[in-house]
Amino acid sequence: MVPPIPVRENDGAAVEPSTSAGASEIRKFLQSRGNSALADQTFKGLMMLCAFCIFVVVALIVVELILQSQPTLQKFGLPFFFKYNVDPVTKMPLFWDPVNGTFYALPFLYGTLVTSLIALAIAVPLSLGVAIFLTEMCPKFLRGPLAFLTELLAAIPSVVYGLWAVFVLVPLLREHVNPVFMSVFNAPWLVKAFGWTHLFGDDGLFGGVNLGLGMFAAGVVLAIMILPIIASLTREVMTAVPHSQREAALALGATRWETIRIAVLRNARIGIVGSIILGLGRALGETMAVAMVIGNTPQIQMSLLSTGNSMASVIANEFSEATSDLHRSALIEIGLALFLVTIIVNGLARLLVWAVTRGAPARVN
Amino acid sequence: MGVGIEVTNLNAWYGTNHTLQDINLPVPANHATALIGPSGCGKSTFVRCLNRMHETNPVARVTGSVRIGDQDIYADASPVEVRRRVGMVFQRPNPFPTMSIYDNVCSGLKLNGFRNRKMLDEVVERSLRQSALWDEVKDDLKKKSGASLSGGQQQRMCIARALAVDPEVLLMDEPASALDPVSTSKIEDLIFELKSQYTIVIVTHNMQQAARVAEKTGFFLNGRLVEFDSTHKIFTNPSDKRTEDYITGRFG
Ligand SMILES: Nc1ncnc2c1ncn2[C@@H]1O[C@H](COP(=O)(O)OP(=O)(O)OP(=O)(O)O)[C@@H](O)[C@H]1O
Ligand SMILES: [Mg+2]
Repeated sequence: MVPPIPVRENDGAAVEPSTSAGASEIRKFLQSRGNSALADQTFKGLMMLCAFCIFVVVALIVVELILQSQPTLQKFGLPFFFKYNVDPVTKMPLFWDPVNGTFYALPFLYGTLVTSLIALAIAVPLSLGVAIFLTEMCPKFLRGPLAFLTELLAAIPSVVYGLWAVFVLVPLLREHVNPVFMSVFNAPWLVKAFGWTHLFGDDGLFGGVNLGLGMFAAGVVLAIMILPIIASLTREVMTAVPHSQREAALALGATRWETIRIAVLRNARIGIVGSIILGLGRALGETMAVAMVIGNTPQIQMSLLSTGNSMASVIANEFSEATSDLHRSALIEIGLALFLVTIIVNGLARLLVWAVTRGAPARVN
Repeated sequence: MGVGIEVTNLNAWYGTNHTLQDINLPVPANHATALIGPSGCGKSTFVRCLNRMHETNPVARVTGSVRIGDQDIYADASPVEVRRRVGMVFQRPNPFPTMSIYDNVCSGLKLNGFRNRKMLDEVVERSLRQSALWDEVKDDLKKKSGASLSGGQQQRMCIARALAVDPEVLLMDEPASALDPVSTSKIEDLIFELKSQYTIVIVTHNMQQAARVAEKTGFFLNGRLVEFDSTHKIFTNPSDKRTEDYITGRFG
């Protein structure tokens, strides 16, 4: 037997559905708007067109680069990216000698990747720190100005960074920073214990001559340049995490760092990786600032203190003087390769995101 | 005036999860129909199928037919058109945080290009009065953001937002679960009053509430409609043993 639940009798509210004659003005107005299917379709079509334009532009760029680099593509083929000649006098590898028609691109690939890696290694932790400070800990009156300054840093033209690097950063590295690294990396006991890794000692990461200029300097400039990009985008995605998420963690007794970790960083991680990818893209393609401090020598040395060259800066430096067809085409092929490297690096980063988030419960709405 | 809803062989999925199975249910026009059932049985999913909201979920799928009035909403209408006729109040309040209370309430009209200032004012006041919020917010309608209200106030604002477009059908997914007894009873009075003009489908865990406002009640269990009958019958003399177990609290 069911205990009685009081049921309110239907007190004569209209039961028969009446015709739409009584429809209110608002209803009539809304009905007059039709089914809007056309509007929806048009909007969808327009957006697709926009997306399609991107494909077209990318395809056109690739096609043009391939066409223009035909001479070297045909002459050298794939070995363009890994072969080298040996200098008859010094017995050193010889990669790039426009005068004698030697064009192998490995040092530029190497320079681009190494400087970008240095940049990421320095900029990612720093910019995460900046973003966390700005969103979670900064006193209110400082937040606006600091956020504004971060964004301002991202807007400084790269040639200005280059100038600053030449006059301030390079001497600073030469006098104060590099010696510290050199004394650490060349400490006798480290060399003795880990010399076989080729990371320490004279042929290690900080061996050789300390010029100030070089790969390390280029990496540091790049780090300074991409830091504001990563920091301001990361700040943006972290601000977008709803406050209720932080409250959920705080109410469990989480400390400030734990709250940031489980409620903020977790929610924002895809956006954070996205901003790192954007920063990396800038680092890979950066031309001017790198060209001003990397030293522009087409060589591969273990030491980060040695000079080198990058794909973007060799193109910028030599394109106007490239008189022979082969030289010009070699530079364009490097451009093509830079494009591919960017795509591959982006792809790898996406793959990483996918691998990290794969096990996570799907969020459907 | 409200219109009736005829649901035939409705099936719904989330990915491979067959959430609703062969639902057949006639919702009478100008009545309130209550849906009850244990958590996770598919009540929200069912309600979301009535205004084609279910399909906005990328993994979701629906088959079957839903006729609202003389329109098959899955065959004869665009989703936009359907949702203009079928208002919805969600289980959790979802105010637009960047809009004032006023703009929240009339957002449905404004986005459709309704520009008559005087009439907008009237509609906002009427809707907020209907949802029993007017007295609390009338002084800062345009000053306060919709998100600055308390949870219960937000929910009543969302009810007002749904009412403002004067829908023919009003879907309410546990509209009162975040409300205090006073606002709850105001909302119940509102539902009772609105029945003369709207067809109302209300999901509720509160059986007294179902009994108070609805003429018809449907009992869902594990994605199936177990029993659908007059509220009186369901609560006094259900024909299915499972319904009886549920409403008497003996349910496992
Ligand atoms: N967004 C979603 N993605 C995947 N599965 C979902 C989603 N929403 C609901 N489900 C599943 O569908 C089933 C029905 O959920 P639904 O929200 O309709 O239940 P409900 O009856 O409204 O429950 P409650 O009374 O707790 O609100 C549940 O088993 C749930 O796991
Ligand atoms: Mg629900």
